[in-house]
Amino acid sequence: MTRTQTTASTCCYCGVGCGVLIEHDGEHVLNVTGDPNHPANLGRLCSKGSTLHKTGDLAARALHPELRLGKGLSRSRTDWDSAMGHAAEVFGRTIAEHGPDSVAFYISGQLLTEDYYSFNKLARALIGTNNIDSNSRLCMSSAVVGYKRSLGADAPPCSYEDIEQSDCLMIAGSNMAFAHPVLFRRLEAAKAADPNKRIIVVDPRRTDTCEIADLHLAIEPGTDVALFHGILHIMLKEGWIDRAFIDAHTDGFDDLKNLVRDYSPAMTAQLCGISEDDLHSAAKLIGTAPSFLSLWCMGLNQSSSGSAKNNALINLHLASGQIGKVGSGPFSLTGQPNAMGGRETGSLSNLLPGHREAANAEHRAEVADYWGVDHLPSNVGLSAVELFEGVRSGRIKALWIACTNPAQSMPNQTLIHEALAACPFVIVQEAFFTTETCRYADLLLPAASWGEKEGTVTNSERCISHVRSAVPAPGDARPDWAIVCDFARRLEKQLRPGQPSLFDFGSPSVIFDEYKWLTAGRDLDYSGLSYQLIDELGPQQWPFNAQTRQGTPRLYTDGRFATENGNARFIAEPYRAPQEKCDTRFPLMLNTGRLRDQWHGMSRTGTAAQLFGHVEQALLSLHPDELSSRNLNDGDLIRVKSRRGELILPVHSDEQLRPGQAFLPMHWGDRFLKGLGCNVLTQPAFDPISKQPELKQSSINIRRAELPWELFILAEGKVQERFEAIRPLCESLDYLGMGLTGRERPALLIRAASAQAPDAALLEQIDALIGLDSGPVLSYDDPQRAIGKRVKIEDGRITAIRLTGETAARNWLRSVWQSGEADADLRRWFLAPISTPTGGSSNQVDRTLCNCMNVSQNQICAGIERGLNLDGLKQELGCGTQCGSCVPEIKRLLNSVAVPA
Amino acid sequence: MQKLKLVLIGNGMAGVRTLEELLKLTPDLYDITVFGAEPHPNYNRIMLSPVLAGEQEFSDIILNDLDWYHSHGITLHTGKRIVTIDRRGRKVVAEDGTEAHYDRLLLATGSNPFMPPLPGNHLTGVIGYRDIDDTQLMMDTALTHKHAVIVGGGLLGLEAANGLTLRGMQVTVIHKGQWLLDRQLDERAGQQLQAALEQRGIQFRLGLPPAQLHGDAQDRVCALDFSDGSRIAADLVVMAAGIRPNIELAERAGLACNGGILVNDTLQTFDPRIYAIGECVSHRGIAYGLVAPLFEQAKVCANHLARLGHQRYQGSITSTKLKVTGINLFSVGDFMGAEGTESITLSDPISGIYKKLVLKDDRLVGVCLYGDTGDSNWYLTLLREGQNVSQLRNHLMFGQPAQNDEAQYHQAAA
Repeated sequence: MTRTQTTASTCCYCGVGCGVLIEHDGEHVLNVTGDPNHPANLGRLCSKGSTLHKTGDLAARALHPELRLGKGLSRSRTDWDSAMGHAAEVFGRTIAEHGPDSVAFYISGQLLTEDYYSFNKLARALIGTNNIDSNSRLCMSSAVVGYKRSLGADAPPCSYEDIEQSDCLMIAGSNMAFAHPVLFRRLEAAKAADPNKRIIVVDPRRTDTCEIADLHLAIEPGTDVALFHGILHIMLKEGWIDRAFIDAHTDGFDDLKNLVRDYSPAMTAQLCGISEDDLHSAAKLIGTAPSFLSLWCMGLNQSSSGSAKNNALINLHLASGQIGKVGSGPFSLTGQPNAMGGRETGSLSNLLPGHREAANAEHRAEVADYWGVDHLPSNVGLSAVELFEGVRSGRIKALWIACTNPAQSMPNQTLIHEALAACPFVIVQEAFFTTETCRYADLLLPAASWGEKEGTVTNSERCISHVRSAVPAPGDARPDWAIVCDFARRLEKQLRPGQPSLFDFGSPSVIFDEYKWLTAGRDLDYSGLSYQLIDELGPQQWPFNAQTRQGTPRLYTDGRFATENGNARFIAEPYRAPQEKCDTRFPLMLNTGRLRDQWHGMSRTGTAAQLFGHVEQALLSLHPDELSSRNLNDGDLIRVKSRRGELILPVHSDEQLRPGQAFLPMHWGDRFLKGLGCNVLTQPAFDPISKQPELKQSSINIRRAELPWELFILAEGKVQERFEAIRPLCESLDYLGMGLTGRERPALLIRAASAQAPDAALLEQIDALIGLDSGPVLSYDDPQRAIGKRVKIEDGRITAIRLTGETAARNWLRSVWQSGEADADLRRWFLAPISTPTGGSSNQVDRTLCNCMNVSQNQICAGIERGLNLDGLKQELGCGTQCGSCVPEIKRLLNSVAVPA
Repeated sequence: MQKLKLVLIGNGMAGVRTLEELLKLTPDLYDITVFGAEPHPNYNRIMLSPVLAGEQEFSDIILNDLDWYHSHGITLHTGKRIVTIDRRGRKVVAEDGTEAHYDRLLLATGSNPFMPPLPGNHLTGVIGYRDIDDTQLMMDTALTHKHAVIVGGGLLGLEAANGLTLRGMQVTVIHKGQWLLDRQLDERAGQQLQAALEQRGIQFRLGLPPAQLHGDAQDRVCALDFSDGSRIAADLVVMAAGIRPNIELAERAGLACNGGILVNDTLQTFDPRIYAIGECVSHRGIAYGLVAPLFEQAKVCANHLARLGHQRYQGSITSTKLKVTGINLFSVGDFMGAEGTESITLSDPISGIYKKLVLKDDRLVGVCLYGDTGDSNWYLTLLREGQNVSQLRNHLMFGQPAQNDEAQYHQAAA
């Protein structure tokens, strides 16, 4: 037997950048625990990080290069040599015929710094195009603009410690409890230790994050700029500003003062939909706190005025001098594990390595010089939304997508799918062949993934960790940097014949050592770091230059900023409403955001059935009043329409939302929700400076979807294979929601509905795929009513269910599947159209609230009814004792469940 | 005043049931005389199979013992076969010369097993399956011989096969249809039934006609050849290939017959003094071979004999049950599903259950149940009453709704 080893690495999900200890046998990952020595998490992990070893089903992995030579063909397996040769040939030909700007790269905030650097060097130095953008455009580009405009450099000035040390925090546009759970745990612990710590949450929804708030400002969507200006207005009036700091270290305050004069409390409160009292309370908390820290995320960034929102928030820090001190500062939370690394290596079209600007001739010359090329391209590169428009219009003729899933994540999916379908040559470099984007790949390149590759990442607090590989990549998969460099060396033969290679990298550490000198002398200077040094000292915060050789927990402590004159700048921009407003045609405002246990487009989390326990299907949430006024019930199917597209999905009653607002999780793509997923609705209008699209505000309307023919499938085992086989068959159905369920026994879960019953052959095909065509299968058929039901029972347990036509029994059948009991008495009713078994009671599908300890909502509610408090629940049920992600929700239940006196 | 004379020919279930019904209506109207060819009082013929299976004794299946006849003043002649009906003289004459005059005559002569014209069917050990004697012969043969062949995979044949198997014989059932009980079950139910019976050790040869029987030196049957030349051992051959109404006597008396003694809706024959009932009659073109219709006929016939005359027999909806312990099946109506009908099916291979309901114009018109017949009476009621079941349709397969389930039904239907 192979010895179990442990490798320290980092989590591949959010920007907190937690350290993980990977237990493995050299071949397979066996377990994952939090690294107690990593400064980000000190041993903690959230529900997603702690289940990493349960994700990544091999059946979903891209294992071999696959190539097709025509759009109508299917891909077939090839070897790396042929794949790379073909790619270099097509790119070389395209560049020769149409110029370097006819190709483009769309990469990802999940790549490692070394991968990014290789892609950048390939695009800008070898090919000579700035058409390289990353999905960070959808995520952090407004924060980049915010920092650069106000402080002179794209550098979050704070440390995670500041979250614990601050007297007053404002969390704006961030559901931190879901999106950055480990930091939220740290905040919870700090608040418990110091109850005087004040927390303001700004969010249109009453999210789990609000459970910790002393003050929740449920503002109207998109009115953040007005709120921040209104707060500053009060701070100015009350004298809660730091005049000395403003005078000594800032420019532009007078313009801002003139602007915020218009944002009277009455006007601001009305515009934001909050009370004047709450507005005043917020201003007072911020203005009078000894230290003030702000945390924000997509609520500010994903906006057509995302840059203005960032700067309006930073204004509050500059006006009160709350920056560069312990517990203070504007602290942007990054969405992806290495969004920061991408910014550092220049992986947005407008950037260059070392926090440089592609539009800056001096910067271009510096980098060209370092790389040993004549010059870098001066043409403006395309940002994400523009890039896909360029693909659709035919301007881009060869597109390389790596480690991201634009056919799920970009706004206005109809356009994206059209663009990808029309693009003459699409390379997709992916670890999971299952993503929506992979369908469009002419060449699929299998990439190594988490636990399989080495490099570095920078987290939200500028902390660089050494990512280590624990197990070999499966099949032919290779690390991203290796794929890029292989390709580049082949392309060099066409573009730089006879010259020494720019990509002579044998390992990621060689890349790091070349790259780091491009940071030397810049604000982020980490030329003093090396893999070896990180291994010795542990993860380090930049700047870490060759002279000081130590990390920097806090920036701007001396009041000198990264601007030319050293002063920070107030940015005075007025409030602008979101691009789309609610009107009679589209009366609801759609917001998007995260679920607790899923991440991004679910290519990884979507392989672990356990992670569907908390929320298992795409639902559009609305305030209960919006349902009742439309005569809708929880769970009814509706058609959701925006100006760009339409989706059919169930509606969900949710008191966390205010009337007039709707919420749809961002994760559900076309695989899980037919109709191109949630982003078929969202809009591509973007911020004029950051070019980040406004994914969070789209106006929609809804109406009931009359789809009398229903389908429900639960099929245990081989979930990925069956998912991939069944999903493409279901295009004829009007509504289709797919997912997984179960824990030890994962099962595929499908819900669908249609106006008319589909061809019987479709059901036969599906039955065959899930083993319902033979063996011990109970069946019921009424073909004239298009009703057909199948329940397979093996070893006394249900192993597969297929209900069509009517699906009344789906929930209790599912609970019978879960319990593993199927005695003959009960069996008699399996195919009956009854929503509860005779003599049974439960009709509701229970949710898993605590995923670590597998404790359901019903169990917790029963505990609360027995009189247990949070500690009692923890002790008796074990819930909330591991990762703690469920604690906010348990608290909310404690507050809402009526306890008998 | 002198009572009218009623003579019953055929001391079987149909005839005696008519007498019972009649006596309930009018105990004193008739002097009743009964002739039976068998030497027994009326017994429950349909329970011969349980006797053969060893589950009951002959004494258990006697319906009317001699005391019953006596106490109702009925003259009973057992073992006397009537050979002549003298309609002009209004009297019947038995084989032994016994005569009886009648004012009303009731014919309940039943049916005879159909003996296929198979070479060798005269051999010893080749029998039909109709009465106590046949049953006794089978029971005796099982003690001395090994190989039994049943010709006919209908209800009677399968019951015989089951009984003989239980009595230790190796039984092969030969059936010309594509599946067993092909007049009572659809193919799927028939196959499930065959599998269940095979589990019990019965062997089947379907769709292959027998060609001839062979006898031994004592003229006892010893083997059966199939048309393809294959041969199986056969010490006992039971012909269960259907029945033929016993109309010979009626025809000789000049009564109109056509595949049965023709009767109208009052069970009256061509001769107004003569009624006929049971397996020997043809009513609206149908000769019934099951017990339930006979009882319905008996009720109507008694009504007219009692001079009440206000009932009509309009035919029966027949349903099927097989008397093989542990095997439950039931069928009624158009269970095959003719054109214009809609079928709903349910199958539970684990419990060995298969059900099919056939609907037409929102009414239940056929039922075929295998393995679980618990709801058969409810289906029979729905079918007979012709209820519109569209509201119930999705629930129909799962049995009669309890009162408190009504709400859920309406909800589901809404």
